[in-house]
Amino acid sequence: MHLNRVKNKKISLDDLRVNFSEIEPALTQKEAMDEANRCLYCYDAPCIKACPTDINIPSFIKKIASGNLKGSAKVIMEANPVGASCARVCPTEELCEGACVLNDASLPIMIGNLQRHATNWAIQNNQQLFKAGDAKGKSVAIIGGGPAGLSAARELARIGYEVTIYEAKEKAGGLDTYGIVSFRLPQEVSLWEVEQVENLGVTIHTNTMVGRDVKVEEILTNYDAVILAIGMSKVPMLGIEGEEAEGVYDAIDFVENTKTPPLDHQFIGKKIVIIGAGNTAIDAATCSVRLGAGDVKMVYRRTEAEMTAYEFEYEFAKQDGVEFRWLTQPTKIVTDEHGKVKALECVRMELGEPDESGRRRPVEVPDSEFTMEVDAVIKAIGQSRYVSLIEELGLDHNRGIVKINQETHETSNPKVYAAGDVIFGDGQGDAMVVTAAQQGKLTAHAIHQKFISADHMAVENA
Amino acid sequence: MADLRVNFAGIKAPNPFWLASAPPTNSGYQVQRAFEAGWGGAVWKTLGDPILNVSSRFAGTSYNGQRVAGFNNIELITDRPLEVNLKEIYETKKRFPNHAVIASLMVEPNQKAWHEIVKRVQDVGVDGFELNFGCPHGMAERGMGAASGQVPELVEKQTYWAKEVAEVPVIVKLTPNITDITATAYAAVQGGADAISMINTINSLAGVDLDSWNTIPNVAGKGAHGGYCGPAVKPIALNMVAECARHPEINLPISGMGGVSDWKDAVEFMLMGAGSIQVCTAAMHHGFSIVEDMIDGLNNYLDDKGIVDLDGIIGKSVEKYSDWGNLDLNYKVVARINNDTCINCNKCHIACEDTSHQCIDMLTDDSGEAILRVREEDCVGCNLCSIVCPVDGAIDMIEIPNGEPMTWNERQAAIKLTV
Repeated sequence: MHLNRVKNKKISLDDLRVNFSEIEPALTQKEAMDEANRCLYCYDAPCIKACPTDINIPSFIKKIASGNLKGSAKVIMEANPVGASCARVCPTEELCEGACVLNDASLPIMIGNLQRHATNWAIQNNQQLFKAGDAKGKSVAIIGGGPAGLSAARELARIGYEVTIYEAKEKAGGLDTYGIVSFRLPQEVSLWEVEQVENLGVTIHTNTMVGRDVKVEEILTNYDAVILAIGMSKVPMLGIEGEEAEGVYDAIDFVENTKTPPLDHQFIGKKIVIIGAGNTAIDAATCSVRLGAGDVKMVYRRTEAEMTAYEFEYEFAKQDGVEFRWLTQPTKIVTDEHGKVKALECVRMELGEPDESGRRRPVEVPDSEFTMEVDAVIKAIGQSRYVSLIEELGLDHNRGIVKINQETHETSNPKVYAAGDVIFGDGQGDAMVVTAAQQGKLTAHAIHQKFISADHMAVENA
Repeated sequence: MADLRVNFAGIKAPNPFWLASAPPTNSGYQVQRAFEAGWGGAVWKTLGDPILNVSSRFAGTSYNGQRVAGFNNIELITDRPLEVNLKEIYETKKRFPNHAVIASLMVEPNQKAWHEIVKRVQDVGVDGFELNFGCPHGMAERGMGAASGQVPELVEKQTYWAKEVAEVPVIVKLTPNITDITATAYAAVQGGADAISMINTINSLAGVDLDSWNTIPNVAGKGAHGGYCGPAVKPIALNMVAECARHPEINLPISGMGGVSDWKDAVEFMLMGAGSIQVCTAAMHHGFSIVEDMIDGLNNYLDDKGIVDLDGIIGKSVEKYSDWGNLDLNYKVVARINNDTCINCNKCHIACEDTSHQCIDMLTDDSGEAILRVREEDCVGCNLCSIVCPVDGAIDMIEIPNGEPMTWNERQAAIKLTV
């Protein structure tokens, strides 16, 4: 995101909806043409290599310049079935734009914004970009309708598989629909991507949780293959006193609540503390600001140097007026007589020797306890896993991180594949939407390859 | 501060930048505004029998978002009564006695008509005439403009008629819509012209609308060819100026025009023999104020080179322009890529690989960095890589010692001797 293009920086306390409208304006037609024409159309372009889904970026930009917006949108969405969302949420500075050769000569091309321009055109012009393939007579169940699941579904449907998605929430789209702040990614963009997949004949059972509403055995027996794309679960427990108090929130739930109207007015003027310093923590903080909170602080037990949030997210939070309390460890949530959060007790830390992650381990400074008055505490210290479902499926895993064959995305059960955040961790992949999309795509291709080889074998044996 | 004054075939002006005969010089109001802005002279929009114009007249061509890479028009000569123009010319000249006011003229090819207009116009005190033998559209259908400018005999004859009564210098403006412009330039010499100017516009159709399938521009759904000018035509114009300048029998001052957009273009035209510069499209694109940098840039250029006046540059590159047969076959340049400046867009590689001589390799250096390298033994020195390279200084064309000079003409002569 280009901070210098951010609009409506002022927070409205009268109409909170304004605060959640997309903050970075779409490129105007002229901006898009000027920018598209600035692209050098590199050969063997580094931006393509830096894109986890290998979008042919110079090609889609050239098509914008030539006025072929349908072709441009197709190039994007072909490589990335959630390319409209990724145009907004990808950390482009770290990916395509970071690799642009113009970084060395002038300014990198605004690839994300151009991608948004082309996909916006497709959205606004009601374009169905792809068609389902001729029926192959094989079926695939996908558990989880987030970026990885949708991406796999789209690819499988295009080839000709009968695809059924089981989605626990009311709508599909996963993180894109519920987890990414609205002012970065409006929900309708994600829902358009869902619709693109549904229009290929993919069945999406929403409000349907596998293991609760559908039996696991049913899924395993009724389909020729199963893809597990359930992502990650709630924020884990902090393990401190007062955690169950009223006014303590899970950052994922907190952000999700801002995605569907009406917006909550109870935080106007309040003091909110976010525990953690990753991208989700930043989201919770900036959402708090937009909900009208009067004082938003992030507490982190390490320092600025160790925080895991992207640089641009950190900058963005600072511009929003979020304060940072480094080297601060919460030790207790203090409640009032009604069981409501009243204060947060903390202790100061200092950095000691490096731990197993290579980062210096924070250690308590003796006698440094202090108390912060707060009205709400938001936990953003990572996400836990859907371990029980993974175990019910009988898959090998490591603390909820499903083990796969990196080549084929096969789990320990050869009929079950896994993609997306459910395989993220232990040095496996990145927790980005774009990575999940690519894994979904590759999983679909791997399944198809396996069926093709099986068919060949059958023919040879006949 | 270099001396930018010109004396072009006897026409004096404070600087060489003149507005060409075109819409910017349609009226006294415009020409006087131009002089206030700094233009050294103006060639008044062509006088003749007032015509009727159509609505929807101009079209621009864009290239990769750059507007007015080329410019096309179907406007005719002045549509205002001669008396009105003459009155305004008189007033303008009176207000700006030191600026060059040149009247462009176009009448049908007969002696009486030419005598009549030349006399009437010179009575109001113009500094010179420019005979419009170049306008390619409309007037040409009536036997004037380019139609007469494409026939050397008519060029010679009409020049002669104008010269019979003209008391001020006569410039003959030539059309580029001809195979060899030196033929009509020579006819102007024969007719007694004091100078020639070139180029007028090139026959053109700017475009076709993809939705209506109408021509661009269109007049009620119909189009007709126009005249093309602007930056896109500069190389065509520059060649024509140079061809005339190096022609041994065309020893006339040349007023150069065609796509001049800034002082650098002007210097190029002057080096190739132009003694004054005419501009239209750049002014139409940006307004009269662009002349300020033309003057300033030219002045700074001359000062930097230690050149005191325009004689120091006019025609200085003409002797370097020759026939292909006089080029040294043994001269060799090769491309060399400066990997410190290179941004690795690989445009040179793919241009060479797909469309030239396959001699730029994409390699990895010892530290694992991607680099591009030219296999000099296979490089023919075509320049393509350095042309497509988006970064200045990333590709140099280096001269390689390669034996004694030998031109094609010398080679053929030597072969003849040995036979």
